[in-house]
Amino acid sequence: MTATGVTEKNIIQTIHDTLHDEMKRDDRMVILGEDVGARGGVFRATMGFLEEFGDERVIDTPLDECLIAGVSIGLALDDMRPVAEFQFADFIFPGFNQIVQEAARIRYRSNGDFGLPMVMRTPWGGGVHGALYHSQSIEAFFAHVPGLKVVAPSTPEDAKGMLIQAIEDPDPVLYLEHKKTYRLVKGDVPDERYTIPFGKAKVVREGADVTCVSYGLMHHFCLEAANRLASDGIEVEVIDLRSIYPLDMDTVLESVGKTNKAMIVYEDNRFLGVGAEVSAQIAERALFELDGPVVRIGAPHVPAMPYAPTLEHWFLPDPDRIEQEMRKLAEY
Amino acid sequence: MVPSKGNRVRSTMGGELSEGKDRHTELGLKEEDLVDMYRYMLTARFCDERQWALNRQGKAPFVVPVSGHEGAQVGSAWAFEKGKDVFCPYYRDLALVLVAGLTPAEVFMGLFGKAADPSSGGRQMPAHWGSRARNIITGSSPIATQVLHAAGIALAKKIKKSDAIVGTWFGEGGTSEGDWHGAMNMAGIHQLPLVLVCENNQYAISVHESKQVAGRVFRRAEGYGMPGIEGDGNDVLESYRLTKEAVDRARSGGGPSLIELRTYRFYSHTSDDDDRTYRSKEEVEAAKKKDPIPAFERYLSSVEVLDEHRIAEIREEVKTAVAEGVKAAEEADFPDPATAMNNVYADLPGEVE
Ligand SMILES: Cc1ncc(C[n+]2csc(CCOP(=O)(O)OP(=O)(O)O)c2C)c(N)n1
Ligand SMILES: [Mg+2]
Repeated sequence: MTATGVTEKNIIQTIHDTLHDEMKRDDRMVILGEDVGARGGVFRATMGFLEEFGDERVIDTPLDECLIAGVSIGLALDDMRPVAEFQFADFIFPGFNQIVQEAARIRYRSNGDFGLPMVMRTPWGGGVHGALYHSQSIEAFFAHVPGLKVVAPSTPEDAKGMLIQAIEDPDPVLYLEHKKTYRLVKGDVPDERYTIPFGKAKVVREGADVTCVSYGLMHHFCLEAANRLASDGIEVEVIDLRSIYPLDMDTVLESVGKTNKAMIVYEDNRFLGVGAEVSAQIAERALFELDGPVVRIGAPHVPAMPYAPTLEHWFLPDPDRIEQEMRKLAEY
Repeated sequence: MVPSKGNRVRSTMGGELSEGKDRHTELGLKEEDLVDMYRYMLTARFCDERQWALNRQGKAPFVVPVSGHEGAQVGSAWAFEKGKDVFCPYYRDLALVLVAGLTPAEVFMGLFGKAADPSSGGRQMPAHWGSRARNIITGSSPIATQVLHAAGIALAKKIKKSDAIVGTWFGEGGTSEGDWHGAMNMAGIHQLPLVLVCENNQYAISVHESKQVAGRVFRRAEGYGMPGIEGDGNDVLESYRLTKEAVDRARSGGGPSLIELRTYRFYSHTSDDDDRTYRSKEEVEAAKKKDPIPAFERYLSSVEVLDEHRIAEIREEVKTAVAEGVKAAEEADFPDPATAMNNVYADLPGEVE
């Protein structure tokens, strides 16, 4: 990135502007989803697009997520560049069959004869009083299936570079936008067009004592906890995974080789989640580097995040709890 | 808004099937077309007979039969323009994919799971058709998913102002899936250049149409803002006529249509099914009296396009071509497991984990 300048933005503004510029750039790109047209999206990611690009490229679909996924596949098969919005990650499941059985498998099952350059954007995650059906983490369901790429940027700069990467990607990408970070997280975004390749985790804070891996909102909580511990002389290396699949274990393992302690923080159910995979790979590939058990902080095993503030707090890992666990592991 | 026209759903069942009267000329079909259509129907039938024989010999673990559907498939496929229009078929559509360009040898490559299977290189079960070169969109097992893909492709054609159109095929069982209703809805809202063809053989494995479909399939078109037409799928010319009307309408900007072609499947659902558990021998025998192939042969001789002698010759030629296809496929190689990690992604190496 050369010095063409930067602009400070929050994440939703970044996504809006990036989609806008990509729509201008490539007339094969089509945006489709519920309320993306006249309303500009319930989170305003596509505000003004209908007026600017017209209703053939900004399509208010019927309320049918299976349709959104299936029609996007058809558009991609005919060399368009669909960018579908699923209004909330919690409601993507009517499209699960199309995404998992069709989108993920089309390249493999046709032995490379067909491929799907398509993007599926969706707001995920909790901490917004969204309760069971407006807080879910869905990455584990989808990252389980080869053929999909699943990414979860947590900063405006990454949101832009990874969204452009997703649009350019020859394969289907599930692009997860943590809705709590939409307006909470601001940062400098380079004005020029750039991509951030998938499968490259980022060491956001260096430290010698503990490796802490996370993504999404939890990444910001981990950074906060790590910064607090620094005053006590505990230095945590904080890694933002950014991409769930492809998963950059090399960066994680390199860090673990240095700190000899690893923790993974995620707000999805702990059981069989991304943290389970990361910790299994650490166990397989770096067991003898470890000076303590791998720590996993994740959501308790209940069906989803409950509503009342006391219950939401109980469910969602927060900087206090993360700080405690970091300290324990550092002192182990 | 969707224009409302009177009487947009109609049945042509029980119409005129009389022989001796030229029905093809006014449809724009030449004698060569008729002979080619006949050849495709026969090719499908003989491929089917051969695949069952190979199944009984233990050489083909899984067979999806087409027999009975040849008239509906060849007639409807004939209405499209090869090399331009797009086909989104389902597993039953052996005759249709032959019309779209697959060869018997390629069909048997797929049956055996050989590397040269154009649909998947031996990855998918037989009858999961696909070939970019022939505009046949790759299919899967989950029922009716292709109908939404067809709607998406048709939407792309509309956005591009292309004059190519899309056809998609499914059984009456497929019309119960949400994907089907979503595609009908999308096609109706956007008046997409799409022709939806239901091959109604009255059974979804064992479940009879009466337990599958509330009301009638073709009448559902009305609720989705498009014409719905029912016709005799055992009559290849009628299948062509109805589909051609829909194709012309779609190509000229007139929007989608639903065509329901009534037919019957003569064999079990697949080689893993036993149809004696849910339908009577008498019912099957009665349906075979309406076999689309002898019916078309009678027509062809009654209008003096083919005589008995020529029919016998063509049957032999097609049989030989099918046998050669089987031989080529039997001799071909299986895929190398070293290739099984390929094509998971375009740009990521496969991981063996
Ligand atoms: C989603 C899904 N559910 C169930 C099945 C199993 N199955 C395969 S074919 C079939 C019946 C389909 O009948 P129909 O659509 O009428 O087509 P036909 O086989 O009669 O041509 C069923 C239930 C499937 N393949 N996919
Ligand atoms: Mg059926």
